[in-house]
Amino acid sequence: MTESSSRGATWLAALTENAAPVAGYPASVRVVDAELADQPCRYIAVLPDESNPYPRARSREVGLIEGWALAKAVHEAIDADRATQKRTIVAVVDVSSQAYGRREEAFGIHAALAGAAGAYAKARQAGHAVIALIVGKAMSGAFLAHGYQANRIIALNDPGVMVHAMGKAAAARVTMRSVDDLERLAADVAPMAYDIASYATLGLLWRLLDVGSADQPSQADVISVRRTLTSALDDIRSDPTVDLRSRLGGPNRHASSLVREKLLAQW
Amino acid sequence: MTSAAALLARDSFVELDARGRIRALFDGGRFRELIDPFERVTSPWLLRQGVVTQSDDGVVVAKGEIEGQPAVILAIEGAFQGGSLGEVGGAKIAGALELAVQDNERGIPTRALILFETGGVRLQEANLGLAAIAEIHSAIVDLRRHQPVIGIVAGTVGCFGGMSIAAGLCSYLVVTREARLGLNGPQVIEQEAGIAEYDSRDRPFIWSFTGGEQRARTGLVDAFVGDDCQALRDAVIALLVRGRPEVERSDAYDHYLDRLSRYDPVRQVTPEIVRQVYERGEGT
Repeated sequence: MTESSSRGATWLAALTENAAPVAGYPASVRVVDAELADQPCRYIAVLPDESNPYPRARSREVGLIEGWALAKAVHEAIDADRATQKRTIVAVVDVSSQAYGRREEAFGIHAALAGAAGAYAKARQAGHAVIALIVGKAMSGAFLAHGYQANRIIALNDPGVMVHAMGKAAAARVTMRSVDDLERLAADVAPMAYDIASYATLGLLWRLLDVGSADQPSQADVISVRRTLTSALDDIRSDPTVDLRSRLGGPNRHASSLVREKLLAQW
Repeated sequence: MTSAAALLARDSFVELDARGRIRALFDGGRFRELIDPFERVTSPWLLRQGVVTQSDDGVVVAKGEIEGQPAVILAIEGAFQGGSLGEVGGAKIAGALELAVQDNERGIPTRALILFETGGVRLQEANLGLAAIAEIHSAIVDLRRHQPVIGIVAGTVGCFGGMSIAAGLCSYLVVTREARLGLNGPQVIEQEAGIAEYDSRDRPFIWSFTGGEQRARTGLVDAFVGDDCQALRDAVIALLVRGRPEVERSDAYDHYLDRLSRYDPVRQVTPEIVRQVYERGEGT
């Protein structure tokens, strides 16, 4: 995949009007300080890098370096804004998976992804508004590291947008089913489905947003996305809580609330 | 501990199920279980896929005391569906951690221990497992501000997937020789990257990179203990006494980026290289 065909790169450039990236990051992690609603905002995306020295992390996977670089990008914002207005952080999400490889496991890719996830969680808990904008794939560990800690999650309503724990072929193998069986089950079992409309029934998304083109957004598309990001920012600012409870209450997520009610009663 | 007498005197932790492990860690073996199996809060998703449920969904939430201080232990039962996390089990862990945070905000110093024995997300509940794991991550980071959060990976399932990230967020990790800690399971890496990259049937190879001893020697965990109940409990108490770390491992991006900059990824990695890069900081 070339950079020009990466949705993450396209949307990052569009939302920041091609502002220059912050220096000191690998080619696979682009960090841009720009604005949202006339206020400071750091935009972060993971991009393809055909010459990534780690061969398993060339196509929008989050690997060792990407994980720790995301952590750095978020920690820098937290540290710099300790005594000033806390900038908004927008994670532009188009990540194909975590990196699968020997080097990755050897050096502890789980720790690198914990670095990223932990940084986003700390930013949210410190009062930064954190918004995830899913423009392409949001897969498994990669999404846990980049986006899933946001106060609010927005997804484009597009067939190329997908949130999932594992790709279809591998998920079929691990659960000892055929891909056909998996697809049949996925049609009936909302959390297994691969389409973003089914995902929306889980209550985890704040907004599912129609656009003319997710690949080549028009000016109107960019304006619409920016307006929705601004609404999300307003919603976060008016919410006194900084945890993830706003994700509870979806029609297909009843047990998550039931368990919490029972725990509270028995605590 | 090499003599026959010492081996016979050993009280294995790894061989215990989730409740047995909890009993071994709490003062006097006393604990109170929340949402116990008789409440039958089971997975709403497995049955309709023809998979048998378990009445605790494979996660035990237990309150008790450690050295007289209030604690909650969240233990994953590796024997049920590979310790995979679905909606109910995930919500048990996340919800209990959230309540531990509330306790601390009200001046009750509740600590949390997580016993990881898990392959990660339960694929039959895919997106709800993933969402619950994100909430577990959030709650660990929140609780860490008040108390050290301790993870134990005893084995034999090990700790993988999104829950390995949860382990990475813990203030301290305790492992045994039987433990493995890694993001991706060996079979999945072999399928995705090929057998030359990762041979899932070569057990010495797998343990040499992700086993408890290597993780301890490379500083990715904090305590490496023998498979003995008293040793595990002693290790936990020692870490609780130490209190919150000065810098959480997951906040040490500077350190890890610096160390990784000394490794040239053109060269395939060996366990020795990882030890060199992480132990003494010498390049390859």
